[in-house]
Amino acid sequence: MALWKPDPSFYPSPRMAMEAPPERLGYVATLNSRLQDRPDSISVVDLDPQSPSYSRIIHTLDMPYVGDELHHFGWNACSSALCPYAPHPHLERRYLVVPGLRSSRIYIIDTKPDPRQPNISKIIEAPEVFARSGYSRLHTVHCGPEAIYLSALGSGSDGEGPGGILMLDHFNFNVLGPWEIDRGAQKLSYDFWWHLAQDTMITSEWGRPSQFENGLVLDDLLASKYGHSLHFWDLRRRRNMQTIDLGEEYQLVFELRPAHEPNKSYGFAGVVLNLKDLSSSIWVWHQDGEKWAVTKVLDIPAQPAAAEDLPAPLQAFKAVPPFVTDIDLSLDDRFLYVSCWGTGELHQYDVTDPFHPKLTGKVNVGGIVARQGHPKSGGPLQGGPQMVEISRDGRRIYFTNSLYSRVDDQFYPPDMAGWMVKAVADPAGGLRLDPDFYVDFGLSLPHQVRLEGGDSSTDTFCYAS
Amino acid sequence: MPLESLGPWLAMIGFGAYHGFNPAMGWLFALSLGLQQKSSRAIWSALVPIAAGHAASVGIVAGLVYAGAHLVPLRPLRIGTACLLLAFGVYKLLNYYRHPRWVGMKVSLGDLFGWSFLMATAHGAGLMVAPALVGVTHGHGSHGMHLTPGPSLLFAVSLHTLVMLVVMGLIAWIVYRKFSLAVLRNHWINFDLIWAVALLVVGGVALIIAI
Repeated sequence: MALWKPDPSFYPSPRMAMEAPPERLGYVATLNSRLQDRPDSISVVDLDPQSPSYSRIIHTLDMPYVGDELHHFGWNACSSALCPYAPHPHLERRYLVVPGLRSSRIYIIDTKPDPRQPNISKIIEAPEVFARSGYSRLHTVHCGPEAIYLSALGSGSDGEGPGGILMLDHFNFNVLGPWEIDRGAQKLSYDFWWHLAQDTMITSEWGRPSQFENGLVLDDLLASKYGHSLHFWDLRRRRNMQTIDLGEEYQLVFELRPAHEPNKSYGFAGVVLNLKDLSSSIWVWHQDGEKWAVTKVLDIPAQPAAAEDLPAPLQAFKAVPPFVTDIDLSLDDRFLYVSCWGTGELHQYDVTDPFHPKLTGKVNVGGIVARQGHPKSGGPLQGGPQMVEISRDGRRIYFTNSLYSRVDDQFYPPDMAGWMVKAVADPAGGLRLDPDFYVDFGLSLPHQVRLEGGDSSTDTFCYAS
Repeated sequence: MPLESLGPWLAMIGFGAYHGFNPAMGWLFALSLGLQQKSSRAIWSALVPIAAGHAASVGIVAGLVYAGAHLVPLRPLRIGTACLLLAFGVYKLLNYYRHPRWVGMKVSLGDLFGWSFLMATAHGAGLMVAPALVGVTHGHGSHGMHLTPGPSLLFAVSLHTLVMLVVMGLIAWIVYRKFSLAVLRNHWINFDLIWAVALLVVGGVALIIAI
């Protein structure tokens, strides 16, 4: 199980990780909720342009149960294994830790014998997760230096209790228990990540399971009952040190992307909706003396639209919101990619100065109104850029179009096809679609993408470049 | 001085170098703090409390050896120490990849002392040198060393720690100044496994000498 030399996909610093070889395979969480009695799956996509099966699904690993709602997932180990205070450099980046957001089950998927045909090596059932941690509705997975961390959106017998973080053992994947000792004002949960060098964890807020499992509750949304705060935790003492309320008009605080360079202490958070004008926004957290502070650095406005072009929940507003539901930061901390799921745009911002993002590139695919097609799609596309993943060298950007089963159905037609596309980034700024890369998922819905060897939202680095 | 009494001292020096060389014992932590603060001074100021924490852990074992030397005759003490070391070596061989669950990089000097104490204790750094410490307490007397067991042990622990500190400092400084961090990717062999084997080898050799 352990190696003699460190796993070659572990890098001490983000700058070194950018020199990693290009990924050849992508693993994609694939939702099959619209297909009768078909379990969700992990799709293996060929990303090697030299390969005859480039841009095709070369293997589908079905889960043994129906209805997991695969969503986010992550690697068992990554560059954080080199961190000096708890080094485990001879772990392997080998297993995908794949939770079911609806089922609360955790699949441990082995990519080792054949990375092109992974297999399930262990299943941790929901009752075990619940018995050992009290949590359910598992979401984000991050590989820490001394354990695997997962976020959960619910707790308690009905799942409506506070969400939080639980830990898995690095070696045998046993559930170690809940992570936090003092959650302070935190109740809602969603994404999390950290500044390891600052001993700080940051968590964001979506809502309680009953607020999303049957789709977004629009009355709750208009009444500001979804999450609108960021929480800053002492990673070492497991305490919530600070809660910052962005304002109740800001609803759904989603993805968190800290700067990768360990001696930078700022990061980006995406907020899906401003109730006042349906805009989305990007916020930067940063240090202000001993405390953390949050500053809004970007508003992305809604676009006017005719009521008859809009789905029922939006008709009264006569506008299509951008719905920024994922953001991702390149390993050099230079470019922030922003998915506008509603308008069908992927934006590239130069965030060299994090407080003044500059739009440097944009591609259009899908969109509630635009329905922009892809050169290979042969017609208009539904859905929009959603989960986005950046290759370690920052050159290739992959994204998929599904947000969450029931939310897809609220804003896009029930026959929306699933797709995955790729954009190519100019190192100096600029973005264009790869006309040869288009993966048609049919009625299956692709969500998060993980790249072979690591990507820009997996690894944490402990050594400054 | 005959080899019989010189041996334990050489062993204490050798183990000092070996413990200093192990990345999980301190130089790597000091290096990362140096890089984080962009300062080679930060490396040295981290290494001193790390060495002190290590010395405290080894010092506790030295204290036990001191007590043992007063209570138990030499041969059973040697055999007992060797057996204990072998047992711990077997345990570590089965769990060599596990470390204490420490979290935190924003560390005070006290934290570094505590971290190093924890790492040295959990990995059995003191236990590894226990046979040498037993040798130190009995190397005096007719062979010409004129120290009594207490000062001998104190001196042995200090010598061990000093060698460790010098080795840690040299490695951290060389990596910081001369090599890129690629060293960590290419040359970080599985020290945890080597460490477990070393515990067994030292225990085995100690047992053979004792018998």
